[in-house]
Amino acid sequence: MINPTEYLPKSYRARLSTYWWLTSWAYLKFILREGSAVFVAWAVIVTLLQIHALRGGPEDYAEFQNWLRNPVVLAVNVVSLLFIIFHAVTWFNLAPKAMAVRVGGKRLPNLAISGPNYVAWAVISAAVAWIVLRG
Amino acid sequence: MHKRSNEPFLWMLFSAGGVVSAMLLPIHLLLFGLALPLGWLDGPGYDRLLAILRHPVTRVYLLVLCSLPLFHWAHRFRFTLYDGLQIKHLNELINIFCYGGAVLGTGVAAYLLWNIP
Repeated sequence: MINPTEYLPKSYRARLSTYWWLTSWAYLKFILREGSAVFVAWAVIVTLLQIHALRGGPEDYAEFQNWLRNPVVLAVNVVSLLFIIFHAVTWFNLAPKAMAVRVGGKRLPNLAISGPNYVAWAVISAAVAWIVLRG
Repeated sequence: MHKRSNEPFLWMLFSAGGVVSAMLLPIHLLLFGLALPLGWLDGPGYDRLLAILRHPVTRVYLLVLCSLPLFHWAHRFRFTLYDGLQIKHLNELINIFCYGGAVLGTGVAAYLLWNIP
């Protein structure tokens, strides 16, 4: 029995270089944005370590604070913070594209959707800081 | 029988995790990762922090803060390996690593927050 597909031309697919994302700023920005997730995971790990240290008692927590002052850990945390802020900004700016809200047949301007996200970000951050820092 | 895709559910977790990561992680990392250990701010003492941690609302809050961002990570990491590095033959293994990691992290958080000594 002849397999008919055997005689059909195979569709051509150009092999993409592994480093395709270095070829333009838009691609690089995309991969940096996706890469921010690694730092998100790191922030969660730091939080889990913090909870663990708090459970362990004052000495454990002091040791954890010391670990955070290690230059390597500090550097990783600074880079992580920058990446997570990058994630936040790109996330809020994408919100209007993800949900196209129409009022009276017209699309709301982007700022009407991303704006409240930024306001919420500021309010929530201030609330967390207030709960942690108040006397 | 056609197996129903669980992709929409995973995407919802990714999306919810993206919101939680954006809204909460910057202030958490800024406070607990930099400002307090470096003494930029007058922080709460150990007892005060433990009291905050013991509060039931804080525990639920921290469980969400740890869990959803891990599912966000899992989704993005999986597709970065898939599209970025074009590692497609290890798909299964990558999925187990990513979502397994997120489930494990959620389990650890739940265990740590369930009862606090």
